[in-house]
Amino acid sequence: MTVTDTATRPGTSSRAADGVGASAARPDGVPKTDGSFIYSSDEHHDGSLWGVTLRSPHPRARIQRIDTSQAEGLDGVRCVLTQRDVPGSKIFGMMVYDQPVLAIDEVRYQGEPVAVVAATHPEIARRACQLIVVDYEDLVPNTDPEVSLTGQVDGLPEGGLARHVRIRHGDVASARAASDITVAGRYEMGTQDPAFLGPESGLAVPVGDGGVELYVSTQDLHRDQRQVADCLGLPLDKVRLVLSGVGGAFGGKEDLNVHIHACMLALRTGRPVRMVYNREESFFGHVHRHPAIADVELGATRSGQLVFTKVRLVLDGGAYTSTSQVVIANGCYFAAGAYHVANVEIDGFATYTNNPPCGAMRGFGAVQSCYAIESAMDRLAAALGMHPLELRMRNAIGEGDTLPTGQPVDGPAPVQEILAWLRDLPLPEQSDPGAEDMRARPGGVGNVTRGEGIRRGVGYALGMKAIGFSGGKDDTCTARVTVWIRGGEPVAEVYCAAPEIGQGIVTLEAQIARTELGVRTVELPDKDTGVAESGASSASRQSWMTAGAVVGACGLVRDEILARAAAALGRPAAEMVLDGAEIRDRGGWPLMPVAELLGPESVSHAYTYRHRPTEPVDPERGQGNAHVAFAYAAHRAVVDVDVELGLVRVVEMATAQDVGKAMNPVAVEGQIEGGTVQGLGLAVMEELQIDGGRIRNPSFTDYLIPTMLDVPPMPMKIFEFPHPDSPYGLNGVGEPPNLSSTPAILNALRDATGLELPRAPVRPSDLVSELLP
Amino acid sequence: MVDINFGRARPGGLLDLSRVEGLDSWELIDGGRTVRIGAGASFTRIIDELGSLCPALAQAARTVGSPQIRNRGTVAGNLATASPAGDAHPVLLACWAQVEVESAHAARLIDIDDFFVGPKRSALAPDELIRAVRIPAAAGPQQFAKIGPRNAMVIATASFALNLDVAGQRVGTGIGSAGPTPLRAQAAEQMLEEALADRWDAPEAELARPLGPAAREHSEQERANCPERPVSAANKSGNDSGADIPSRLSEGAARQFGALVAEAASPIDDVRGSAAYRRHALSVLARRTLNWALADLSEAERPVSGANKSGNPGGAAA
Repeated sequence: MTVTDTATRPGTSSRAADGVGASAARPDGVPKTDGSFIYSSDEHHDGSLWGVTLRSPHPRARIQRIDTSQAEGLDGVRCVLTQRDVPGSKIFGMMVYDQPVLAIDEVRYQGEPVAVVAATHPEIARRACQLIVVDYEDLVPNTDPEVSLTGQVDGLPEGGLARHVRIRHGDVASARAASDITVAGRYEMGTQDPAFLGPESGLAVPVGDGGVELYVSTQDLHRDQRQVADCLGLPLDKVRLVLSGVGGAFGGKEDLNVHIHACMLALRTGRPVRMVYNREESFFGHVHRHPAIADVELGATRSGQLVFTKVRLVLDGGAYTSTSQVVIANGCYFAAGAYHVANVEIDGFATYTNNPPCGAMRGFGAVQSCYAIESAMDRLAAALGMHPLELRMRNAIGEGDTLPTGQPVDGPAPVQEILAWLRDLPLPEQSDPGAEDMRARPGGVGNVTRGEGIRRGVGYALGMKAIGFSGGKDDTCTARVTVWIRGGEPVAEVYCAAPEIGQGIVTLEAQIARTELGVRTVELPDKDTGVAESGASSASRQSWMTAGAVVGACGLVRDEILARAAAALGRPAAEMVLDGAEIRDRGGWPLMPVAELLGPESVSHAYTYRHRPTEPVDPERGQGNAHVAFAYAAHRAVVDVDVELGLVRVVEMATAQDVGKAMNPVAVEGQIEGGTVQGLGLAVMEELQIDGGRIRNPSFTDYLIPTMLDVPPMPMKIFEFPHPDSPYGLNGVGEPPNLSSTPAILNALRDATGLELPRAPVRPSDLVSELLP
Repeated sequence: MVDINFGRARPGGLLDLSRVEGLDSWELIDGGRTVRIGAGASFTRIIDELGSLCPALAQAARTVGSPQIRNRGTVAGNLATASPAGDAHPVLLACWAQVEVESAHAARLIDIDDFFVGPKRSALAPDELIRAVRIPAAAGPQQFAKIGPRNAMVIATASFALNLDVAGQRVGTGIGSAGPTPLRAQAAEQMLEEALADRWDAPEAELARPLGPAAREHSEQERANCPERPVSAANKSGNDSGADIPSRLSEGAARQFGALVAEAASPIDDVRGSAAYRRHALSVLARRTLNWALADLSEAERPVSGANKSGNPGGAAA
C-alpha cells in the first residue's frame, strides 16, 4: 500500500495541491533512494526455497536425454522439473503460444530454459543444475535473417519468415521517374538490450485452495496471469498476480520470465519459491531490441520536396515470436518518417533464426525505422546541398496530411514548431578543449586528448510514433475509486492494475484523484489481478488509459456523493460541487461537510475506459485507420569526435517534444531525458554482440550503457498542444524521445567526420576506419 | 571475487586481509626515492595521496571502475589477477616497480618484468601473498592514457604509460590490453632514450630531485582538490596548437615512437576491439603522451611560473 498525502508536504495545503499539472513527488521516490523499497528480487517468505534455471549452452540442438537423478539426490534439493512436469499448456507467448515453458526435445536459442530446480539454498540449486545430465545433439544454427526471410529454412517455424508487412501508397515507379534526384543507402542496427538494473525475479507462494500467488515484476499483470494459468492448468481465479517492485522494464518485462517456473516449483513442493536471475542470466532471460537491416531509397525534386520513399526493413526476431509480428508492423507504419510523401512502398520482414529472441523494447520497431529514414534524410540533404533541418521543415507532416497507411493525421502535429525551436536554439560554445576538465573531452577520464584530433559535429533527427495499441485492438483500462471518511476528512483509494515500472503511474493516479475529488489523501493499494485489467505499461499508453479510467471512476463517485447531498439538502445536485471535505454551492459557499454526509459509509465505483476504435490495415496494401494518436519529438545532437582515436563525447542533446499536457512536468522531463540517453547508448556503445547465435558480452562489463559522465546537458522544450481525444489533452511521452536521439547522434558523427557510418552503434574503429590497415 | 560472481571459481574458503594493520598505507623508503604501497591501499587513496609521487599511477587509478570500486580495489589486487587489462600494470612496467611477496617461509622481491607470465598468470607461487608494491618516486614527467568506448567505468581497449626518468636518464613504457600480458615497448624506449640523449643534462630540472616531505605536503593539498581538477597551464601547452615548445621532438620522431610502441603490442580481436584498432590507438596514445611529457619537461626547465608553483609537472597531470 502506498499512501500519498499532500498534508505531509510543506506548503501544499490548498485545494487539489499536487494535482494534475504539478510536479508532485513520487510516493516511491524516498524508499527507492534510501534503499527501503521492495523490488521483486527482495521478496521473501519464511521457509522459502530457491529456484534456479538450467539453460541450453547451444543455440540449436536436439535433446536426446535428460537425466535428473544425480541432481535430485543432492542434499537440499527439493525437486527438479522438466517439460514433462508442466501441468497445463507446455507452450506460452504474448501474442501466440509458441515458446516452450521448458524445452521439448530441442533447443532453439542459447539460454533456452531446459529444467528448473528448487533447493533450500541458491548455491545448492545452482550445483544441482550442474548435475543434470543433458545429452545434446549440437546442430548448425540458422542465424542469418536474410536467409530466413525466404521462408525456406528447415528447422525454423514457418520456414523462418514470421511476417511480411506491405504498405503501398501512390505509385513509386512513376514517382521515381519524376524525381530530380534520388538517394539510396543501407543502414544497419545492432541488438540493443533493455539493460534494466532490476533483474527478473519473483516469489511464488502456494495457497490453500490449490492455487498460487505470484509476486513479480512485470509490465502487464493480466496478460501474465492468463499465460501462467494456462500453463499451470489452473482456472484464472486460482492464480493471483501481485505487482512487486519493478527495477526497470523498457519492454523487456512484457514476456514471461520466472513466472511459470516459480509457480511450478511452488506447487510441486508446497513451499514458497524465490527466483532471482543474476546479471549474466538476465541477458538470456529477456527479449532484446530487434537488430535491423534497412534499405532506404528517397526521391525528391530539386527544391527538396520528397516525391517518394521506398523502404525494405528486416528485423530479426530470433527463436520465438514474442511480439515480432507487431514490432515489424509498427516499424513499417513509421518507416517513411514524420514527412508528407505521396508515394510510398514499404516492405517489412520479421524473421525467425536461432539468435536470442527479440520483442518489445521502447519505441517498438519505430526506433529502427526512424534511424534508417533519418539517416537517409541527411544523405538526401547532402545530395541536394540543403541544410538537413531545412529539408525536414520543408517536408514535415502536418495536421490533415495523409500517412502511408492512408490514415489522415488528426490531432495536433506541431512538427514545424518542434523543428523551429531546435533551429533557433543557440549552439553550445566551442570551449577551449585544453582548458576543460578531461571529463568533458572524448575519452573522458582516460586522459587521451588535450584537444588533439577533436572535431565537432551537429546532427538533427525527427521522430514520429503511434501512441497506444494500434490495428483494431479493443484496449481497455479499469480503475476503482473509493471515498470514505477518516479523521473527519475524505480519503480516496485508487485501485488500478496499471504497472508502475518506474514511469510514475502511481504518482499520476494520486494526482488525478486530487484534481477530480479535491481530496488531500490518496491511498494506492497493491496492484494485483483482483481488479479488472489495465493493459500493459507499454506503447506509451498507460498515462492516457489510466487517466481515462481514474477520471471516469472519480466522476461516478462524485456524482453519487452529490446525489446523496441533493437528497440530504433538498437542492438539485447540479447546483453543488464537491470540493474535498466540503459540499459547496456554485458560489463556493459551504453547504455540508462530506464527513457528515457519508458518516461511516463509503462510495465506490469502477470505470472502464476505452480509447477511440481503430482498425487493422489490409494485408495487401497496408491501408487502414490503425492508430489512436501520434506523438512527435526531435533532437539536435552536438558531438566532439577524436578523429584519430574514434572516441566520442556527446556535448549536448537538445530536444523538443509535444506531450499534449505535462501531467507531472518533472516526470515528463525524466522520461525525455531517459529516452534520450537510451538512444545515446544505442548510438555509440550499446550492442549485444552475437556470433553464431551466441551472446559474447552478457555482462555490464562488456555490454556498456551510458554513465553520468557520458550524459550531456539536455536543453528541452516541452510543447503542450492539447490532444482532442485524451483525458486532460495528454499524449504519450515515454517512447518518442527514444526514436530521434540515436539518428541525431549518428548524423552529428557523420557531420563531424564526413564518413557514411552505415551501422549503429558506431564503434571507435568505425570512426577511424580510414586510418586502419 | 569476479570469478566467484560468475560461477567460475568455488574456493573452499576466503580470507579477508583488509583489516591487517599497516597493509592499507604507503610510505617512502630509500631516502624518499621509492614509494612502498601496501597491498591493501585503495585506488582512492592512491588518487588522493600519490598524485605527486606517482602521477601516472594516480592517473591510472582514476580510470579504475566506479568510485565504489576504487574504494575497494588495490594495485596488489590488479597484480594478483594479472589481467592484461589491469589498469595499474602499464604504469608499474613504465616505472620499473617491484612486487614484495611473502609466504609462511620466505619473502622475496619480484621485478615487474618477471611478474606477468601469461594471461591472468603471474610469478606468484600458490602459497605467496603480495605484501606491497615498490615504485620509484617520479623523477620526471609521467603519463597514463586509456582507451575505452565509454567515457568512464570501462575496461581498457588499450592503455599506455610513459615515464621519463630524468634523473636516471631512462625511458619507461607500459602497454595494457594489447597482448597476453602487459607489455614493455623496449625498442621504443631505446629509440627515445637516444633521441633525448642531449636533453637529459638539465641540472636545474627540479624533477630530478628526489621527492621528500615537501611533496608529501603537496599531496595533502591534492586531497582537497580531488577528484579531478581542470588541466593546468602546464598541460595546456601540450595542445597541438601550443607553439614553440623547445623540447618537442620532430613530428617524425614522435610518430616513430608511436609506431614502435604499436609494434611491441601483440593484440587480438575481441568484444572490446579489434587488433588493428588497438595497434593504431596505441601509436596515437604513445605519440600524444610523449608530446605532453616533453611539454611538461620543458615547462619544468623554465623559470617557475605562477601557474605551476609546485614545480612538479607530474602533479599537474594528476
